Amino acid sequence: MATQSRTRNRFPVDRGLSARMMTTVFLLFVFYAVLVFVLYSFVKSLAIVILIPAALLFAQYYASDKIALFAMHAKVVDEHQAPQLHAIVDRLCAMADMPKPRVAVAATDMPNAFATGRNPSHAVVCVTDGIVRRLGYTEELEAVLAHELSHVAHRDVAVMTVASFLGIIAGFMTRMLLWSDMLGGLGGGRGRGRNNNAAGQIVLFELAALAFSALFYFLSFLLIRALSRYRELAADRAGAILIGQPRVLANALIKVTGELGRIPMRDLRSAETFNAFFFAPAIAGQRGASISTLFQTHPPLQVRLDQLARLEAQMGKSA
Amino acid sequence: MPRIVDILLGRSKPVQADLDALFGLVGAQLTLQVSEGLVPTGQAGVCFKPVAGRSFAETAAEASQLLGLGDTTSGGAGASGTPEAAGAAVEPVATGLHQEDDQYGFHWVVLTVPDFQDLVNQVHLVNSTLKDNGYGPQLLCSVFAFRPDPSRTRARGDAPPVVHLVYLYKRGAFYPFIPVPGSEERRDVESELRLQNVLADDLKIESDKERWMPLWGLPVR
Repeated sequence: MATQSRTRNRFPVDRGLSARMMTTVFLLFVFYAVLVFVLYSFVKSLAIVILIPAALLFAQYYASDKIALFAMHAKVVDEHQAPQLHAIVDRLCAMADMPKPRVAVAATDMPNAFATGRNPSHAVVCVTDGIVRRLGYTEELEAVLAHELSHVAHRDVAVMTVASFLGIIAGFMTRMLLWSDMLGGLGGGRGRGRNNNAAGQIVLFELAALAFSALFYFLSFLLIRALSRYRELAADRAGAILIGQPRVLANALIKVTGELGRIPMRDLRSAETFNAFFFAPAIAGQRGASISTLFQTHPPLQVRLDQLARLEAQMGKSA
Repeated sequence: MPRIVDILLGRSKPVQADLDALFGLVGAQLTLQVSEGLVPTGQAGVCFKPVAGRSFAETAAEASQLLGLGDTTSGGAGASGTPEAAGAAVEPVATGLHQEDDQYGFHWVVLTVPDFQDLVNQVHLVNSTLKDNGYGPQLLCSVFAFRPDPSRTRARGDAPPVVHLVYLYKRGAFYPFIPVPGSEERRDVESELRLQNVLADDLKIESDKERWMPLWGLPVR
């Protein structure tokens, strides 16, 4: 679960795909929990079993910049390859008084920008071709980069990694408690009929433990998403204050999210898109419903714009 | 509606072009004139992918032959209404028509006709002729160009933007495309969204914004 910060809300909603992904995440957790339980049966030491996910998450956190760049097929660029981009980042880091991160560009038409890395000294900020095509090297792109640099300054990668670790551990500990209860309860003698009853009870307890820890994980998942939305608003705020013009960030958000952001910049005749027109899609895409808001990593556009409008008003008063 | 069997076996059918929606443009033209002050430039284009391996001259000659036209580009096979095989139309297309290839290898038949209704009819004719002669799956789009009414004064000093209405056959729907004049690959997305609302009653506008793909450097002005 490498977490990244993005200015763009989400990819176009496909309900079927979302449902499948949610199911996948759950099943992943179930397999993970089973694996941990099996390990525990063999290793019999809680400390070691907690250490393994902790080590994995730490590795993921440590290499978060490499993972993110790899996932987005982004390439780090230097001052000669992208002088205007570097100039913007230089200016922002001078204003924010923070070390300059590496700068990367991802070759995709989707407008997107993110910053990642385990701490400000090992950070990388990345933009896609799509967002540069839509905004140009203007103050709006600068606003988007200010938002991303705020994520680096707030150490959001560390925060979200710790939060997700806590979520996993919470789910895991719940299971452990239930199991130890059950094992303790069956340890005492129950008499002759113990075998049949015990087998049935074990299955029931197993299912209950699974269901309970899945529920617990789901709740912590929702909380983590809520935390992510709050962090996004905080980055909006800090970025807007850094450039001193909340309205510019608001305009940039309007251009890259929602309807405007979906209008493509890649030519109709280019080879990849052309093939889409020869065949009817097997299953028509559908628009998402509002319950998906709980699962969003980013707050809705209107909420973000409202906050920026309030900031603008405050700045106007204090000027 | 997708069939279960088709989904399971991974079959899909090539989508056939749907041409009659073009006639909605006549009403759209009035709306554009009244609401937005836009008038047709008199040009429209039909874009299709030529058969692989043929040269531009061969494609152009074949298209001219099918359309039974006088063509300034290819030197005209059939300058005046030679009756053709396979059900091609025999009335010659009246005014300017030329053909060109673009940088993506697509072939354009560009028509210049002063009267808009006539232009729409002729574009429809070109399309149905190509479709009837087996070019249906290769047809990509038709584009109609509009510009701000020159008789109205304009505040801005720079080049007036050309507003294109692109008709995608496979989707049977239109979308606006307004490149920003004087820039490379920038489009006026806000105006395009506004036009979507203006034209919603006259034309079927493509609802999936991801299909509103631009045509940079297209030969229709």
